[in-house]
Amino acid sequence: MRFSLKHLLLLVGLGVLVVAPLGQGNYIVYMLCSWLIFSIAAMGLNLTLGYAGQISLAQASFMAIGAYTTALLTLAGWHWVVAMPIGLVLCFVVGLALGFPALRVRGHFLAFVTLAFNTLVFLVARNEDWLTGGTYGKFGMPRPDFGIVSTDSQLNFYYFTLIVFVIAAALMWGIVRSPWGRAFRALRENPIRAESLGIDTRRLTLLAFAIGSVYGGLAGSLVSPLVQFIEPGSFAVIHSLRILLMVVVGGAGFFYGPMLGAAVVILLPEVLRFTEGYYLILYATLVIVLMVFCPSGLIGVGSRIRDKLWSRTRDRGDLKQGAQL
Amino acid sequence: MNALTPVMSVRGISKQFDAIKAVDDVSFDVYPGEILGLIGPNGSGKSTLFNCILGQLAADRGTVEVGGQAVSNKRSCDLSKLGIGRTFQQLSVFPEMTVLDNIIVAGQEHEGTMISRLFGAPDAGLTEQAEQMIAFFRLSHLRDEQAGSLSYGQQKLVDAAMAFMAGPNIVLLDEPAGGVNLTMLAGLKERLISYNREHATTFVVIEHNMEFVMSLCTRIIVLAEGAIIAEGTPDQIRSNQMVIDAYLGG
Ligand SMILES: Nc1ncnc2c1ncn2[C@@H]1O[C@H](COP(=O)(O)OP(=O)(O)O)[C@@H](O)[C@H]1O
Ligand SMILES: [Mg+2]
Repeated sequence: MRFSLKHLLLLVGLGVLVVAPLGQGNYIVYMLCSWLIFSIAAMGLNLTLGYAGQISLAQASFMAIGAYTTALLTLAGWHWVVAMPIGLVLCFVVGLALGFPALRVRGHFLAFVTLAFNTLVFLVARNEDWLTGGTYGKFGMPRPDFGIVSTDSQLNFYYFTLIVFVIAAALMWGIVRSPWGRAFRALRENPIRAESLGIDTRRLTLLAFAIGSVYGGLAGSLVSPLVQFIEPGSFAVIHSLRILLMVVVGGAGFFYGPMLGAAVVILLPEVLRFTEGYYLILYATLVIVLMVFCPSGLIGVGSRIRDKLWSRTRDRGDLKQGAQL
Repeated sequence: MNALTPVMSVRGISKQFDAIKAVDDVSFDVYPGEILGLIGPNGSGKSTLFNCILGQLAADRGTVEVGGQAVSNKRSCDLSKLGIGRTFQQLSVFPEMTVLDNIIVAGQEHEGTMISRLFGAPDAGLTEQAEQMIAFFRLSHLRDEQAGSLSYGQQKLVDAAMAFMAGPNIVLLDEPAGGVNLTMLAGLKERLISYNREHATTFVVIEHNMEFVMSLCTRIIVLAEGAIIAEGTPDQIRSNQMVIDAYLGG
């Protein structure tokens, strides 16, 4: 493997992530943690929606499943390292089940089905007091302690989140560039053709949901120890829409889209806060403008600018050799 | 190889859409290595017949056997695994993937297992084979272009190449020459014949272009209003009065 500009950028990016919280106040570090966590959730939805083309408006409900599982188990004295995988397995199974409607309905209808599912999870979290603590939620979850280092300080928790994020991103990278990733894209672009080439589109659709949901669950399992307080409202439909916004704003189907989108959706409102009452209006306007002028998201804007600057006057490939055959 | 043992037997396939009898009790055999043409006026049920054979549509009646095995009601991904390739009447490439990725994705599900496809090589070890296939269709200069940016005729070639990538025993091509310009048509025909010779792959070809069919196929079946009205060599078909009537009388 050659060391290229891409590798260099990756290293610089990682370096920035390592030094970013140094010397910052607790609130900034908290925002950075929050960004990493939502990036994980958005990465999962990006697999389901961006790569495999299956709309889901239920990502927050998987964060709920991950968060509540982790909360209940860690409050019962289990270590996070044991509680988290149990949450992920649960998300995988439930995500698989949520994939079944996608075998029958598409587009808007699928959006409604997943929306209904998110509402269902919200209601269960709110009404089943004995398990979830109802509207009061769960609080006081311990932060994971790894013997030599504890993640009790905000900075340590940030590095813990960063490590989980990097592992999750590396695994996602492995998935999207494997034959599975190619098959997911084939499913998105032309499911009937994909099926005729031997791709089991049913199994693939279910897996797209299941894997995407696992990433939602992982994000949730980090929310629990970060905030140390969860309640049903943290996982309502509006949060699924927010994660969808991250994926779409960043660039659906691009590997770095979700990270970029999560940064914009989480940080932009903070940056715009000085405009006081107007910030939501400004924010919404910016999103609309982006979507109108660049439906492929910010990554799309980036590659457009790059093409302009570098002005690669490449010939269209099919013109290189005349048009003989 | 016994030339009298069919590679595919179609028996009594019928398909009704509301008031339209799209396919009406069609039976025929396909023999090893032949290029069987399926012709007929627009709306005579050719594509519907393909879709019934290939499990894309559920036939109302009838059975299909491939290599002596009943394949009716099988999913099309399973048919692909049984060595049956196909193309669609509408252009069916993956427009946002490169030509190379289009060809690899067409073969990757036939390599290894689900697990090896997740943890193994990103190209499923198919790059070289895919490049050979691309070269065979004279598309090497387009290897890294997005399939959607190619001309219509070039995309048709990619489409055909994809059907061959898994090394099928039998390939069903639905109007491979539809919308392809004259200069490319001769090349396409020559490629199909050459593939048929080199790999002894059996073809069933739906085609509208009579000239193309007559020079490509070894045997021809004529469909009109969902039923077979004639069958024979290109010369026999050319002089068959019923066929002439069906085409002119419409
Ligand atoms: N999905 C469908 N629903 C209703 N009618 C259909 C459908 N598909 C094809 N038909 C009808 O069945 C007949 C045969 O169509 P088709 O098989 O596409 O013909 P061909 O491929 O020979 O041109 C036509 O009359 C067509 O309108
Ligand atoms: Mg047709």
